Amino acid sequence: MAKKFLSGNEAFAYGIRLARPQVISAYPITPQTIVVEKLSEFVEDGSLKAEFIHVESEHSALSCAMGASSVGARAFTATSSQGLLYMAECLPYAAGGRFPIVMMDANRSTALPWNIYGDQRDSISQLDSGWIQAYAENAQEALDLALQSFYIAEHKSVSTPFMANLDGFVLTHTYEVVDVPSQEQADEFLPPFETENKMSFEQPKNLGFSAGPDSNFIFKYKEHTGILNAKKIIKEAESRFAEIFGRQYTGLTEGYRTDDAEYILITLGSISGLVRETVDKLRNEGKKVGLLRLRYLRPFPDEEIAAAVRNARAVAVLEKDISFGSEGTVYTNVNSALHKAGINIPSSDYIGGLGGKNISAGEIEEIYSELEQQKTGVYFIGIGGGQSGS
Amino acid sequence: MTEIIWHGRGGQGAFTAARLLGEAYSFNDGAYALAFPSFGPERRGAPIRAFTKLDTKPVGNRSEVKKADFSIFLDDTLYTDAALQELKEGGRILLNTRKRIDSPSVITVDADSIAEKYLGLPITNTILLGVLAAAGGVVSVEDICKAIELSMPERLSAKNTAAVRAAYEEVKA
Repeated sequence: MAKKFLSGNEAFAYGIRLARPQVISAYPITPQTIVVEKLSEFVEDGSLKAEFIHVESEHSALSCAMGASSVGARAFTATSSQGLLYMAECLPYAAGGRFPIVMMDANRSTALPWNIYGDQRDSISQLDSGWIQAYAENAQEALDLALQSFYIAEHKSVSTPFMANLDGFVLTHTYEVVDVPSQEQADEFLPPFETENKMSFEQPKNLGFSAGPDSNFIFKYKEHTGILNAKKIIKEAESRFAEIFGRQYTGLTEGYRTDDAEYILITLGSISGLVRETVDKLRNEGKKVGLLRLRYLRPFPDEEIAAAVRNARAVAVLEKDISFGSEGTVYTNVNSALHKAGINIPSSDYIGGLGGKNISAGEIEEIYSELEQQKTGVYFIGIGGGQSGS
Repeated sequence: MTEIIWHGRGGQGAFTAARLLGEAYSFNDGAYALAFPSFGPERRGAPIRAFTKLDTKPVGNRSEVKKADFSIFLDDTLYTDAALQELKEGGRILLNTRKRIDSPSVITVDADSIAEKYLGLPITNTILLGVLAAAGGVVSVEDICKAIELSMPERLSAKNTAAVRAAYEEVKA
């Protein structure tokens, strides 16, 4: 292992190089550009033996990755924001075809107003496309996810494309200390991609066909069970990963001081670091608070959320997302998990960080203080209530 | 945690210095660092800021530094007395200038002259790293030089490390 000082984008690119993809097709877009540039440098200097295809659009980037995957190649692409939306037509296509492509998304706001900064509305708008969705907190986790993503996506029982999300700029462009594993370790963790779901002369198959109402329904059911199977395979990947690399991840969620917590804030992505520091500060003041970080949104961690908050007095969600006319989508999903588990405690939703707006330590403390008052409802941080029109 | 704000103009290398500092610090065992620029349009000549956070545990707060232990100015046209408001108690300003500033919180150095002599260019970002090594006890001049050697071709790193050492000696003297 080598300690390096890398940005989130660079760390992810190092992780992808270790995973030995055979085809990389991508179109650059801020703040994803550096991961694509870095990978093209790796291909150029011979340290990564892959076909690097600089396509003319994001729609083509994912189409190309599907073509590569359909002949049994390990394929990678990356995008962000408008680019993700432009390839949106291809997202359910890749999932329905059960092509285990890995894509990095640099989370960025969507236009209008035009904005290049980070929020999670781009990826969250695509939750129903059939892709696994993971959210990294820091550059180390980003690199590790790059490796784990192929293991999970390509597992026979899953066979589902994987979107690894990194918060634009605050994670993609921030430099931090990262352990870069050796290629030998990476090879031990991740064997070459093998699949029967491919086009070959030896075993000709018809892929990407149409299916009428009856069989289509079964395909969709199988797609759903495939992504649910990832719950088990994520754990399997993480324990193998821990054996080889010595870093243990915690599955779909990560609890921090939740065991005896009365008030729990649920969030995702890079803001979790600041929430964790705030939890420590408030704990020192005698407040029983905790953090539950969602590492995956698909498959959704229903059981894990219910188990973590069962003894809490109230929960809040902090998310960089809003489903206009409703509420934050993470909040909707969390409430569904609580309801299904029969947990009836006040819950509230805090929308923040849209268009890259900073979320401060003081604002997080304020959320915890409102949690203690068992407030409910939807709030835009710094603006206020988001439940009635004005 | 030690927090540093870098002030420069687009093209002067403020963010490169912020990153080199984080890398230099992270050579030590159990050392964690974050380095990032103020995110926004990047234009040559426009004022920019960059940040480095150094700690012995992982740094969770990715927000911009509001109060710094060291506020470093590569360009004295960006400096005003308001800069003192950006300091923690006991914090220091490191300022590249030929002017005299009468404040116990401000350390001045004529980095332009050092740059002229060693680099032949008015680029002072690495020189201010040498000044920080001399002023701070945050990071050693050896680690700064090692970070520079790792991130620049030898032709450039040799000149820059010589400039860093010269700045270090000048401030120490």
